[in-house]
Amino acid sequence: MAIHPPSERVWWNLPIARTELIWIIVAFLWGLTMFFMMIYWHGYGKQNLSNEAYRTTPEQFSAKVQAMVEKYKVREEAGIPVVRPPPGSEVYMLARLWQWYPILEFEKNQSYRLHLSSLDLQHGFSLQPVNINLQIHPGYEMVLSVQPDKAGTYGVVCNEYCGLGHHQMVGRIYVLDK
Amino acid sequence: MATASDFRTCPTTGLKVHLPAERLIKANAVAAVVFLAVGGLFGLLVALTRSPWAARLLPADWFYLALTAHGLDVLIVWIIFFEMAVLYFASAVILSSRIAAPRWAWTGFVLMVVGALIVNVAVLQGQSSVMFTSYVPMKAAPHFYLGIILFAVGALIGTFVFFGTLVVAKDEKTYEGSIPLVTFGALTAAIIAVFTIASGAIILIPTLLWSVGIVSYIDPLMYKTVWWAMGHSSQQINVAAHVSVWYAIAAMVFGAKPLSEKVSRMAFLMYILFLQLASAHHMLVEPGVSSTWKIFNTSYAMYLAVLGSMVHGMTVPGSIEAAQRAKGYTKGLFEWLRKAPWSNPAFSGMFLSLLIFGFLGGISGVVMGTEQINLIMHNTLYTPGHFHATVVGGTTLAFMAITYPLINLIFRRELVMKKVAQFQPYVFGLGIIGISLFMMAAGTLGVSRRHWDITFSDAPLAFDYPAAAFLMMGLNGLSAVLAALGGLMFVAVTVGSILFGAKIEGGAPAAKPKAAPAVAQYGSVQHPAIPGTVVLVAIFFISFVLYYFVNWKYLSEVWPLR
Ligand code: HEM
Ligand SMILES: [Cu+2]
Ligand SMILES: [Cu+2]
Repeated sequence: MAIHPPSERVWWNLPIARTELIWIIVAFLWGLTMFFMMIYWHGYGKQNLSNEAYRTTPEQFSAKVQAMVEKYKVREEAGIPVVRPPPGSEVYMLARLWQWYPILEFEKNQSYRLHLSSLDLQHGFSLQPVNINLQIHPGYEMVLSVQPDKAGTYGVVCNEYCGLGHHQMVGRIYVLDK
Repeated sequence: MATASDFRTCPTTGLKVHLPAERLIKANAVAAVVFLAVGGLFGLLVALTRSPWAARLLPADWFYLALTAHGLDVLIVWIIFFEMAVLYFASAVILSSRIAAPRWAWTGFVLMVVGALIVNVAVLQGQSSVMFTSYVPMKAAPHFYLGIILFAVGALIGTFVFFGTLVVAKDEKTYEGSIPLVTFGALTAAIIAVFTIASGAIILIPTLLWSVGIVSYIDPLMYKTVWWAMGHSSQQINVAAHVSVWYAIAAMVFGAKPLSEKVSRMAFLMYILFLQLASAHHMLVEPGVSSTWKIFNTSYAMYLAVLGSMVHGMTVPGSIEAAQRAKGYTKGLFEWLRKAPWSNPAFSGMFLSLLIFGFLGGISGVVMGTEQINLIMHNTLYTPGHFHATVVGGTTLAFMAITYPLINLIFRRELVMKKVAQFQPYVFGLGIIGISLFMMAAGTLGVSRRHWDITFSDAPLAFDYPAAAFLMMGLNGLSAVLAALGGLMFVAVTVGSILFGAKIEGGAPAAKPKAAPAVAQYGSVQHPAIPGTVVLVAIFFISFVLYYFVNWKYLSEVWPLR
């Protein structure tokens, strides 16, 4: 029994049953498959993180955000500027207690370099309803290329707990047909 | 030196039980159950507050406070106290040895109690609603970190008492040959515990100093990497411990022998060898972590720790099937399972734990831990959905299951309310299946974890989750009530039995299970056929493969990004 010492003193020499051996081999090959699947997706899949990131400070990052807002602001909503940067450009969004700033306006099927960082605590960038989720750290500027493929109004929910106003922290991204 | 009067002989198992060890097991198990009750209550309140039909049961500040307390009291305090009991049982009792250094063990116990109380006070004071992960730069009161550190030091002492007991048993030759499989499993858990607690110290001691102003800055990304070296490996402790419990129950209820000692022990060893040192699957969508690092560290190239669990997933039911078939339940594929003692909560709890851990927890964990798929799940409710299947459906339910025989063997009491005990694993198990599935479903629909109000009614900008998400949250609340009822039944039976159960003296309360004939004899190779288990494993494997690729399909539908 499993609560007694093995009945055979030299248990390590006992042969392994065929069913067990087959399962070990199958499970091992499945593990390899899953490993190669991740690598395969880097080559052929369309959803991969670049992992491009830079050290930054709240001052540096908010200066970049502000510069973009001044250049491309088109209107305001609920006191937050709505910004429409040209396709292909560098786009910035910051997280702070408890706001995503500013609101962005993209064109469908165009690519943008989106820079994300936090000015205070960690926040979670949760783009809904597409359900893309990224962790945003203070001091780190994360850069990724996004290419929205459906027009619509998207919410940016904060999904890392960041204090009492966490559940009020919602941002917005518009994707226009053109 | 222990004297003979420090021992009693267990009438059921014939094991020599060292009385100081027995007292330590009792104390740790009781403390565990108390914190499970407290933590479970917080969990229920959280789940209700998140369901549309009891929304705002707790105000926002209390919600985040309760969620912090829930995570700490159940994930850390309940589980680790119980694991101490398991370690002492698997060493002193199973090896019929005296426990090494009982004074130290009590010191550890006291530190753990004091630490747990300090953390709870800190959280209830309201300045430490930082969640059990306490990600910097969010800051808790200093005694929040202090409490966790004291608790961990206590657990470390207990772990060394376990190692010491193994040495004592070997020196005093209380057993022959190799240590039993269950003890071996506990040993792997204890080895991982040392690594875990070391990582915890490396990160929490500086954080404590930071919270009092001695250290000025802690990098949030570094914090998370090291914190999860503790947080993730402690989950591997839980798995090693509850798999040992599965084997122990299979042995106690069926007299089951492992199909192959070699295979089962190798599978445990894999947990140590392929422990994810840097716990990469918590870092898949963080800024600036390279893909090579993520892929290598999530899988160590071939998912060998997962392989270990998949092996146990076959050998545990396989050993039960073999034992049952040897007893004559040989009809068809599943007579052995149909005729199993489903009204014995030790068995039903253990088997449900096996199913929930494998089918719900295991599969969802591997899928979520895939580098790119994590993008569509990270920090959504999918995550708590997954780990309630592992750490509640798997670990907690297994620990509940073994508590029933421990009440007979260690507390030497008959169970009270036997009918309640009989249904408890089903009620609790069903509730947990519910909360796991509904939280996972809500997460798939994008619902955030750790979130008080998914209607965003106070937010300046609006966003609407789909109606189905609210349905899932409502069903999650109902399942939580069921789970809480199952938890209450467990607490009622255990506390009732310890206080009021009929004392068991001398005479054997339950028939000693006849050891099943040896499964693999050297020379005359006699491997029993286990066709039922093969079918179960095949169903598992097909579900795994299908679900894995379905999620790649989901991923391929979101915005292209690089
Ligand atoms: C009556 C039983 C239980 C119920 C109804 C329950 C319910 C919940 C709910 C609704 C959440 C919140 C999810 C969120 O909003 O992010 C949660 C979080 C959690 N639960 Fe449970 N739970 C139960 C038992 C347990 C047990 C026994 C454990 C551990 C062994 C556990 C571990 C956790 C952890 C670690 C968290 C995460 C806390 C955090 O995000 O900081 N739960 N639970
Ligand atoms: Cu936030
Ligand atoms: Cu937040």
